[in-house]
Amino acid sequence: MERPGGREVEGLFLTPFPTQEKTMKRTGAQIVWEVLTREGIDTVFGIPGGAILPVYDAMPAYPVRHILARHEQGAGHMADGYARVTGDVGVVLATSGPAATNLVTPLATAMMDSVPVVAITGQVPTSLLGNDAFQETDVTGVTMGVTKHNYLVTDINDLAQILREAFYIARTGRPGPVLVDICKDVLNDETEFIFPEEVQLPGYQPYMGLDEAAIEAAAELINNAHRPLIIAGHGVQMAGAENELRQLAEKAHIPVTMTLLGLGDIPETHPLSLGMCGMHGEARANKAIQACDVLIGIGMRFDDRVTGKLEAFAPNAKVIHIEFDPAEINKNVPADVAVLGDAKEALQALLPKIKPAEHRNWMAQIDEWNRESQELDILNAEVEELIPPYVMRQLWHVTQGNTIVVTDVGQHQMWEAQYFLHDRPRQLLTSGGLGTMGYALPAAIGAHYAAPDQPVWAVIGDGSMQMTLQELGVVMQERVPVKIAIINNGFLGMVRQWQELFYNKNYAGTPIANPDYVLLAQAYGIPARRVTDKADVVAVLEEAHHHDGPFLIDFQVKEEVNVYPMVAPGEAIDNLLRRRIVQGPSGLQPAW
Amino acid sequence: MTQDTSTFHKHTIVAWLEDKPGVLSRVLSLFRRRNFNIENLSVGQSETPGVSRLTFTVAGDDRMVEQAIKQLNKIINVLRVEDVTHKPTVQREMALIRVKVDAKTRPEVMQLVDIYRANIIDVSMDSLVVQAVGNEERLNSLIDLLSNFPITEMVRTGPVAMTRGRSSANGNGKHIRRMAL
Repeated sequence: MERPGGREVEGLFLTPFPTQEKTMKRTGAQIVWEVLTREGIDTVFGIPGGAILPVYDAMPAYPVRHILARHEQGAGHMADGYARVTGDVGVVLATSGPAATNLVTPLATAMMDSVPVVAITGQVPTSLLGNDAFQETDVTGVTMGVTKHNYLVTDINDLAQILREAFYIARTGRPGPVLVDICKDVLNDETEFIFPEEVQLPGYQPYMGLDEAAIEAAAELINNAHRPLIIAGHGVQMAGAENELRQLAEKAHIPVTMTLLGLGDIPETHPLSLGMCGMHGEARANKAIQACDVLIGIGMRFDDRVTGKLEAFAPNAKVIHIEFDPAEINKNVPADVAVLGDAKEALQALLPKIKPAEHRNWMAQIDEWNRESQELDILNAEVEELIPPYVMRQLWHVTQGNTIVVTDVGQHQMWEAQYFLHDRPRQLLTSGGLGTMGYALPAAIGAHYAAPDQPVWAVIGDGSMQMTLQELGVVMQERVPVKIAIINNGFLGMVRQWQELFYNKNYAGTPIANPDYVLLAQAYGIPARRVTDKADVVAVLEEAHHHDGPFLIDFQVKEEVNVYPMVAPGEAIDNLLRRRIVQGPSGLQPAW
Repeated sequence: MTQDTSTFHKHTIVAWLEDKPGVLSRVLSLFRRRNFNIENLSVGQSETPGVSRLTFTVAGDDRMVEQAIKQLNKIINVLRVEDVTHKPTVQREMALIRVKVDAKTRPEVMQLVDIYRANIIDVSMDSLVVQAVGNEERLNSLIDLLSNFPITEMVRTGPVAMTRGRSSANGNGKHIRRMAL
């Protein structure tokens, strides 16, 4: 990641400041900005309030841009989206009480997906702590389980050190969200500001080194494998190891499947890519996992969406787990060879020990599974109605795969993962671990500020849209050029699918009424179009993509369409529910 | 959540923590959140100022205990975690036991207390308070005997443990790592 004039020290990026710095008197509020700017922050997302007002008052004197959200949840997701694109910390500001509790969801979202976010919240003055004061909440208690670490600042002389530590903890090791709760009297107090040179965290060991002996053992297994397979996850992107991954795959002809957050680790158009695996992954990927004899998990944590029934997962394989967080090793799947280390370093050490190989029979088998799947792919069937997979595939064509895509949660999220071919890391932003509806619109806004010269498309289900549509106010106020594609089927789609498949079509609580999204967008000053016909999809996507500024498209899609393949909960991943395709008068047709 | 407890056994873990407000809360919050079966827990000062020492026992199979230790290590304020279950250790626990007695049973209780090399630290007309220190089994057996009298009140501290042998440079809190930035 380029930062002009910056230097990299143990994973930190510091903008240069004159070394002979006179110490200076600063208020707590000013100290917040003094540290933030030195940590390389130039954009923050937030909503002001009583307890944090001093921070806002001090802000205009510093070279930072503030984006006013409409709900703190939105501000939190904006910081998350920003962080996922830059790879560095996103910052969110909120006041005390209800504002801080509104951050719980985005903090949990960032925690589950290992995203570096620093949240700074105001708190009541120290004298009122524990008194049920106005807008007081035990934020550090409430967020303990959803942050990597958190702090309560009651003394201004701790403030600079704590903020420094917060950034260090957020961005090093396995990244994660850190919350700093600052009492208002600390913000108003004054002291000599000294920028801490050192971070003293004796209990924090973010870097565990590389296990050389394990690399040997892993190489041995791989070189003797007949049916090797790589599952690549988010860790590859976090380590910046996509080149090394591709080299490994190509050198020994090892097919690569990806988790949802790993999409883009290897280009999906690469001949060795099997696409996504898991609950809604590709059949060939899941079958390959079950048939492989050496499974190499790189930067992934064997989440239950990927493994299905654990007892039946990869039954024939020896497992190599290349993983950075020691707690993930042997947590879900016992590793035959555990390589504790950073993915990039591990792969760099591994590559020279790998012998070139071909595995022709294995590749032929996988190709056979892929051919079978093509018959069941809905895009290869005769479908007159407007269906989401078609929208996703056309979005990929129109953008030429060259855009940041942010999805929300549900059926549309799965279809985007399946039909948009991601070819680089940090391209797809999606809430994988927590599955937070309402994520996409604010995250897309954050993504824009992280990469202002890249297009940003937000693909959002109608249910998800209604959760955070207040952030359209930000799009309006700041003219954020995000393109919003609403996949509108009048249902909470993924829940409806489960009700159809497992609950006898008992659609309890799933039909959802929507506003006229075109009218709504216009009320926010955002140009918009409605698409009801398959024939209009491409033209409207083109119009939106080339429009200078925000644009909203309401795709009114066929209602009861299911995501296939599907691994039912608690089933082995090769026990797949497939789409029913029948021979119709004009060719293959889905049996709705 | 029903668990197959047939492979469970008890592990004794020692953890060194930064002695700061809220750290114990973090540790307990972790145990609850991750559903670890904690049976006993004791925390107090260590030999290093600013470092407290936590001893606890957790029941589980090897993988669960491995997870518990790794998750505990992830907490920023936890300096070091050691599973002492299979190491030679000294383990001690203290109990204060109030036993109901009358003139006839008092000598019997005093004899038992003597045999166990425990102490009587409080006397009243109808009760004695026994102070006993020892490892868990020893305390359990004394309490078992005294419960015949009966026991009207009891408090146990939970075990603390220390490995036997040479004092190695433990690195518990002494090697504070300074990261120059």
